[in-house]
Amino acid sequence: MKHFTTGTQVDFVVVGAGAAGGVVAKELSTAGFQVVVLEQGPYLRESDFRHDELRFRDIYDKPYLGQEILTNNHELQPNTFRRTDMDIARPLPVVGYGRCVGGGTVHFTANYWRFHEIDFIERSRWGPIEDTGFADWPITYADLEPYYTKAEWDLGVSGLASASPFDPPRSKPYPLPPLPVKSSGVLFERAARKLGWHAYPAALAILSQPYQGRSACMHCGFCEWFGCEFAAKSSTLASVIPVAEKTGRCEIRPNSYVRRISTDKHGRADGVIYFDGERREQFQKAKAVVVCANGAETPRLLLISKSNLFPQGLANSSGLVGKYLMFEATAGALGTFEHPLNEYKSVQVTRVIHDFYDSDPQRGFYGGGGLDARFDYYPIGYALYAMPPDAPRWGADFKRALKENFNRTLNVFAHTTALALESNSISLDPDLKDAWGLPAMRVTYKSHPDDLQNMAFFRDRALELLEAAGAIKKWGFPVEDATASVHLMGTCRMGNDPKSSVVDQYHRAHDVPNLFIVDGSSFVTSGRNQPTCTIQALAYRASDHIARMARSGGIRSSL
Amino acid sequence: MNPGEFSRRRFLIGSLSTLGGAWLAARWPMIAATQEHIHGAFESGQAPAFQFFSPEQAVEIEAMAAQIIPADDAPGAREARVIYSIDRALTTFEHDKQPLYRQGLTQLQGKTRGLFSGRDKFSELTSEQQVQLLTAIEKSEFFELVRLHTIVGFLSNPEYGGNHDRIGWKVIGFEDAGAYEPPFGYYDREINKDDGR
Ligand SMILES: Cc1cc2nc3c(=O)[nH]c(=O)nc-3n(C[C@H](O)[C@H](O)[C@H](O)COP(=O)(O)OP(=O)(O)OC[C@H]3O[C@@H](n4cnc5c(N)ncnc54)[C@H](O)[C@@H]3O)c2cc1C
Ligand code: SF4
Repeated sequence: MKHFTTGTQVDFVVVGAGAAGGVVAKELSTAGFQVVVLEQGPYLRESDFRHDELRFRDIYDKPYLGQEILTNNHELQPNTFRRTDMDIARPLPVVGYGRCVGGGTVHFTANYWRFHEIDFIERSRWGPIEDTGFADWPITYADLEPYYTKAEWDLGVSGLASASPFDPPRSKPYPLPPLPVKSSGVLFERAARKLGWHAYPAALAILSQPYQGRSACMHCGFCEWFGCEFAAKSSTLASVIPVAEKTGRCEIRPNSYVRRISTDKHGRADGVIYFDGERREQFQKAKAVVVCANGAETPRLLLISKSNLFPQGLANSSGLVGKYLMFEATAGALGTFEHPLNEYKSVQVTRVIHDFYDSDPQRGFYGGGGLDARFDYYPIGYALYAMPPDAPRWGADFKRALKENFNRTLNVFAHTTALALESNSISLDPDLKDAWGLPAMRVTYKSHPDDLQNMAFFRDRALELLEAAGAIKKWGFPVEDATASVHLMGTCRMGNDPKSSVVDQYHRAHDVPNLFIVDGSSFVTSGRNQPTCTIQALAYRASDHIARMARSGGIRSSL
Repeated sequence: MNPGEFSRRRFLIGSLSTLGGAWLAARWPMIAATQEHIHGAFESGQAPAFQFFSPEQAVEIEAMAAQIIPADDAPGAREARVIYSIDRALTTFEHDKQPLYRQGLTQLQGKTRGLFSGRDKFSELTSEQQVQLLTAIEKSEFFELVRLHTIVGFLSNPEYGGNHDRIGWKVIGFEDAGAYEPPFGYYDREINKDDGR
């Protein structure tokens, strides 16, 4: 791997080596540019990943003992939370993301859903929704289609094209066939058939066969929340980052926490200031900056980077940096079955249903989503959090229930729409600081009533599926306002009008000609809350345009 | 030979030609060596010394754990040596919970004396009496914590000192093979006989 000195003015510095950052690094370096990627987290390798539930699980299940190896550590980088700006924000770990080279793609479940055509134009189709930022995207599905295909082939995605009657049009099939169906998938498919719905093989960023020198999935089962020891999960760590490094033009610099994007007197970005592993400040010079720090950290960094020229925060003349945050919206139900499913084996998900993807006025509210069949639990988490509600909490009957049900449980999980509200936001906490002395993130979030109604609708569909599948027992998750999220979208929204958006359709900040923002923050709507496929397609598209602009001298760097 | 090892071997024979198989084969001796080392102390006949608990305290907490996950036709928390994982947790990542255990042990003794006059030790009560007492304190922070630690010790990797001989995993039917091949469960058996895609 190439090493650059901080004094070298490289073509691009990329902040964050996650889903988008990894793709941008590869695309720009293979296009001939010099790239330094600064990643706050460590550079872990396949050999660092362990099947160790106690060490690798995370925030959701506090008082779980998660050690936050792959994900952000709230003791070092806390955030505060409040429902509305009338409430007092208090420390509460609500934002979760991958914090290592590869970002969230290292430990994600790897559901790889393209958006459908409707996702880009839903505001026009559905009409306005009062007091929301419901809007069309400045691009369409057709604009992004070639890049969806590119992502699937470049990263390695398994699936069956057109197996779903609701699949959007595609120019090429998936490069790899779907993974073998699990018992949850068989039951799900059976139930769907009974109900007249359509279950189809899940598209996953996981290799069902060896591909590009990487191993096929070994069905180890420690997938969601874990790094893949076999490099079979198509994280950017396993797929594109090694390609970027091989160009000899790209340096991945881990343990580098960017604390400020620096601008010159003309208001152009000239590099970034970061803390290195020893917490010493460094300055990396660059001709242009690409921020890929995710839907929560990107707006925080822009707000921290305020200056005399940019008193509201960098790229924030619209005042919208941090606003229109969209969280993960989900619903679901658990069920137990007569015979062993052994769901702890292999990938989480093998079948998906998109019959209710589109919103339907007859339901009486806005919203849509998709359902999948899966098992989200490992032994400890199952015993603590997923036992049937009538099971005792300790003693002989607790043990019996644990013994009987661990291998006979599955959950139907729905991923649903989250409306963009201006009042939902990432801002800087006025008091709390992180371990480096930077202002902590403050999260304000309250779901729109339609989101909650939609979740209830999907919870009921999940129960219906379990019933049709022949579950012995079934119980729904409570429908609650979102209080934690690992899907972080919408805080630097894309648009044509600099007054109502932060970046243009090529991800260039409206206010700073050589600053690009490419990650979940660009989202205008939430899709059906499986964002990563679209984040990466956008990253391929953005890189294409950024490279073209750079070649034609259109970026206008600081001198 | 435990079932985990069996399927691991089968898996290695089945897929050594692939990159993943070769990789696991190379690493497996290392993993095995670490685990053997940890269990060496037990196998040599001498239980490792407690670092937080006194022997008397350990007996009390172990008795609680043995009611939270009792032995029936299958072994329970005691047989899985959960007490060692709790002791180790309290001197490492659960260090800050030490005061709660100290207070809890005192309360436990107080409750034992209060409910069963003339009795001093929870561990010396009959099983019915123990259940009665734990039912009376099951809402307390101390009980919650011991319950959490018992479950964690029963089901976490043996490296943490509990789940001895993978007893916890065997009880719940978790194979711990590291990698698997289809068919995975009862319902996909037919389909995965030939091609599960
Ligand atoms: C358990 C789990 C399961 C998931 N499953 C799915 C799924 O099945 N399908 C799906 O679509 N999505 C899934 N996701 C979500 C997915 O991980 C994210 O949507 C995706 O990774 C976001 O991509 P990104 O490029 O926006 O940011 P990230 O991947 O989060 O990358 C941002 C990177 O920037 C780094 N960074 C941030 N701030 C700084 C700074 N100041 N300086 C330097 N570096 C910085 C971060 O450490 C991180 O590595 C899942 C997430 C979790 C936690
Ligand atoms: S289930 Fe497959 S893709 Fe997931 S971590 Fe295990 S081997 Fe890797």
